[in-house]
Amino acid sequence: MIPISWYLVLSLFLFVIGAFGFVARRNVIIMLMCIEIMLNAVNISLVALGKGLQHTAAHILVFFIIAVAAAEAAIGLALVVLLFKKTREVHMDEFRTLKG
Amino acid sequence: MEALLPKVVFCYLGAVLVITALFVVTNRNAVHAVLWMLVMFLHQAALFIMLEAEFLAAVQIIVYAGAVLVLFLFVVYMINLRTELKINNFTVFWPAGLLVSLALLILSVQAVKSFLPAQPVGDMTSAQILKVGHAKVLGKALFTEHILSFEAVGVLLLVAVLGAVVLTRRIRIKGEGV
Repeated sequence: MIPISWYLVLSLFLFVIGAFGFVARRNVIIMLMCIEIMLNAVNISLVALGKGLQHTAAHILVFFIIAVAAAEAAIGLALVVLLFKKTREVHMDEFRTLKG
Repeated sequence: MEALLPKVVFCYLGAVLVITALFVVTNRNAVHAVLWMLVMFLHQAALFIMLEAEFLAAVQIIVYAGAVLVLFLFVVYMINLRTELKINNFTVFWPAGLLVSLALLILSVQAVKSFLPAQPVGDMTSAQILKVGHAKVLGKALFTEHILSFEAVGVLLLVAVLGAVVLTRRIRIKGEGV
């Protein structure tokens, strides 16, 4: 069988890619997609650990994470649409209203 | 020879996951990024099946590939991003972000190196999953042990959907024609 640590390393790689995208991309839609990548990386590690422990708790946590990710995507994209309606802009480094 | 096959499949799935994630992050075109993400989610569902979590694989395809990505596609189509193809798609400080991400990767891989798997404690064994199915094992735990959390997540989803509707609804001023 494949050791659990392989899955953990894979999930770390995915998480880091998502984190880099979130920090470095300008487009807010791509940033939301990077959040989804990070959540999926966590899901992979949780499923692998749940298999290692043979316990249902980890898999149920994955189920809840998927539900919360769907909710987050709905709200986040609604905010993106509002932002675009108001400013005609989706690039995060163009927003300087909080800077004063 | 039999032990080699899962490793080959894992290496294929892992490589595709990492490469498609990189495509999502670096792609200029948001539509292409969404489609690469679809490929990524399908391969992740295959990875879940490898881990004997077939119910989660189904949920992954239905919720992520079916619902979330369609939502993303709708918003990408709603927002015309023709200018995106010509301008910089990374912020000016992306090298710093890359450095921090690589540092995070190296540190966490070093931490995982000394990972010791714990002894199995639960009743979700391979034999049990083969006998009654992953959905039944998971459903039993979900509707007995975690029923309160389940209801709370239901309310959360309802509130999120209502919130999305309320946020994007057009406010009509009284007396104005429809």
